[in-house]
Amino acid sequence: MSNMLEIRWHGRGGQGAKTASLLLAEAAFDTGKFIQGFPEYGPERMGAPITAYNRISDERCPIHSNIYEPDYVVVVDETLLDVVNVTAGLKETGAIVINTPKSPEEIKDKLNGYNGGVYTIDAREISMATLGRYFPNTPMLAAVVKVAKIMDDDTLVEAMEKSFHHKFANKPHVIAPNMEALKRSLTEVKAHE
Amino acid sequence: MSKKFEHDIIPAYTPWQETTPGGVIKESGNAHHFKTGDWRAMKPIWDPDKCKHCMMCYPVCPDSSIIIKDQKMTGIDYDHCKGCGVCVEACPFKAFDYVPEGEE
Amino acid sequence: MAIRDKLSGNEAVAVAMRQINPDVVAAFPITPSTEIPQYFSAFVANGQVDTEFVPVESEHSAMSACIGAGTAGARTMTATSANGLALMWEMLYIAASCKLPMVLSVVNRALSGPINIHNDHSDSMGARDSGWIQLYGENNQEAYDNAIMAVRIAEHADVQLPVMNCYDGFITSHAVENIELIEDDKVKAFVGQYKPSTYMLNSDEQIAVGPLAVPTHYFEHKRQQAESMRNSKEVIVEVAKAFKEISGREYGLFEAYKMEDAERAIVLIGSSVGTAKFVVDALREKGEKVGLIKVRVFRPFPAEELAQSLKGVKTVAILDKCDGFNAKGGPLFSETTSALFVNGYTPLAVNYIYGLGGRDVKTTDIEKVYSDLSEIVTANKVEDPYRYLGVVEA
Repeated sequence: MSNMLEIRWHGRGGQGAKTASLLLAEAAFDTGKFIQGFPEYGPERMGAPITAYNRISDERCPIHSNIYEPDYVVVVDETLLDVVNVTAGLKETGAIVINTPKSPEEIKDKLNGYNGGVYTIDAREISMATLGRYFPNTPMLAAVVKVAKIMDDDTLVEAMEKSFHHKFANKPHVIAPNMEALKRSLTEVKAHE
Repeated sequence: MSKKFEHDIIPAYTPWQETTPGGVIKESGNAHHFKTGDWRAMKPIWDPDKCKHCMMCYPVCPDSSIIIKDQKMTGIDYDHCKGCGVCVEACPFKAFDYVPEGEE
Repeated sequence: MAIRDKLSGNEAVAVAMRQINPDVVAAFPITPSTEIPQYFSAFVANGQVDTEFVPVESEHSAMSACIGAGTAGARTMTATSANGLALMWEMLYIAASCKLPMVLSVVNRALSGPINIHNDHSDSMGARDSGWIQLYGENNQEAYDNAIMAVRIAEHADVQLPVMNCYDGFITSHAVENIELIEDDKVKAFVGQYKPSTYMLNSDEQIAVGPLAVPTHYFEHKRQQAESMRNSKEVIVEVAKAFKEISGREYGLFEAYKMEDAERAIVLIGSSVGTAKFVVDALREKGEKVGLIKVRVFRPFPAEELAQSLKGVKTVAILDKCDGFNAKGGPLFSETTSALFVNGYTPLAVNYIYGLGGRDVKTTDIEKVYSDLSEIVTANKVEDPYRYLGVVEA
């Protein structure tokens, strides 16, 4: 399946990495793709490192294992770089997207000599500025969509607007700040190729 | 297909093709058709002359074999009486004889 | 037109249950099946179904309540996993021997101990001889489709047996994937109305169920039960044909994938089938004659058909996602080799116990099996037929 995109998410329990992977699956689904979105379940609790996965393809993906050689890796929490081997198996033709205020050049040392694309986004700053609370998943979702060119900006914005209206039907006041976080992230993600 | 049995009692060694699905019993109260009187080794014999119709025998009979008509004791249902002798013990007037089956 | 959607396996089964709108659902939550009654109870609360939802205090009670409802004449469904299924155990046999059609979604999870919430098949494989029909699904689509077909199979006049709709915990139950749903009205028409021949709430025919069967009766009842299981094979195929009419999707007793000229084959069940198909495709591209068989119906066991499908292979690996602890391989291995022997075929057979307690099954694991099979073909014998795949060895 040459057209298949595999993404691995690293986060901490409670930060919404699983939700972000499901939102990404949903957005890609809305553009007509076949998707898989699944976390690696365990007894983990708030703060424990967790992993979630996405497969996005033009035809149904038959594989039902975890992802060992992802095209892209998303790190939702910078402190995980010291704890988890986040670049394990990551293809050099792909990229890693990290939530950090640092530049890609500054963070590169911590990536075990990874030579693929390195992108950073200050999801904490964006989240605090737009939502007033620390929910990094929306900006991280936007960043990986941008980096992996999963869909164009307008399509993502449209898909997420729809999805947030459904997801936040009971708290509509958070829709606009989430959309703002999404849009900022699309423009602010920094590259080091 | 299961067949229709007399009183819906499935006889012993009924072929599997003919028995009811899941052993369902298709009639309620069919214990009446099961003649437990066959099991009797001892037999109570009622003496109407000694009986005062006090009804002490009626509630203790485990097989509902004391036959009552118009509030009077009228006899024993030997189709179902297993000969347990509880009525014999319960009777304050010694109105039951208790003899081996076949020797009455 | 089918409805394109994206759902987890559990969501999909809950949707199927909403569409079926059973009379009674009695359930007790246990991971990873919990979401089924959770979503379904929301459908009940929202008035989307008119099911009597019975929240009970244990799985034993859940199955007991389902049996009670079934004898009363209700279309009945429930769900469970692992230790929940184990707690239902004695009632499973009673549901089957009373010949009560009902559908139990078993979200496969390793049976403790050690305690583990992840996927393998030790729970439902342990219940394989309880008298229930067992269907196994590969993904969310099959879990949904099987849930719908299970109703028709269970209630068929020649069957009248309960059905387990088994699919893999987390891997299938919690992963969100594309799915094609069938319109509500089509599902409702497909399952129709349940018309039991005898039922306790029928005031015109009073019945007693589950009576004592003494030695003069018991054996005949079990023989009759076995006949229903035999009959079910044909019914399962018949129902699949009818299902194709409304869904376009094809189902059989098992799926033979690229088996026509296969020399090396594997036989397996559940979510790893897709992973194995991916490997088969890759090996086929290299010109290797490999194929696989996905067993969908484990009870009744499709012995003759399976043997026919395997008769041309030189060697076959049978993969069990649970250990049999007879020290001679897992249950799928025992039954497949028995089917081959009885039908007079003797390919070189080897067993692999794999994926226990959620051990991830990778494409490289499946590649290893096919490569081992090549060695077996070369050696023309099997040195060690009872193997483990993916276990850490010293």
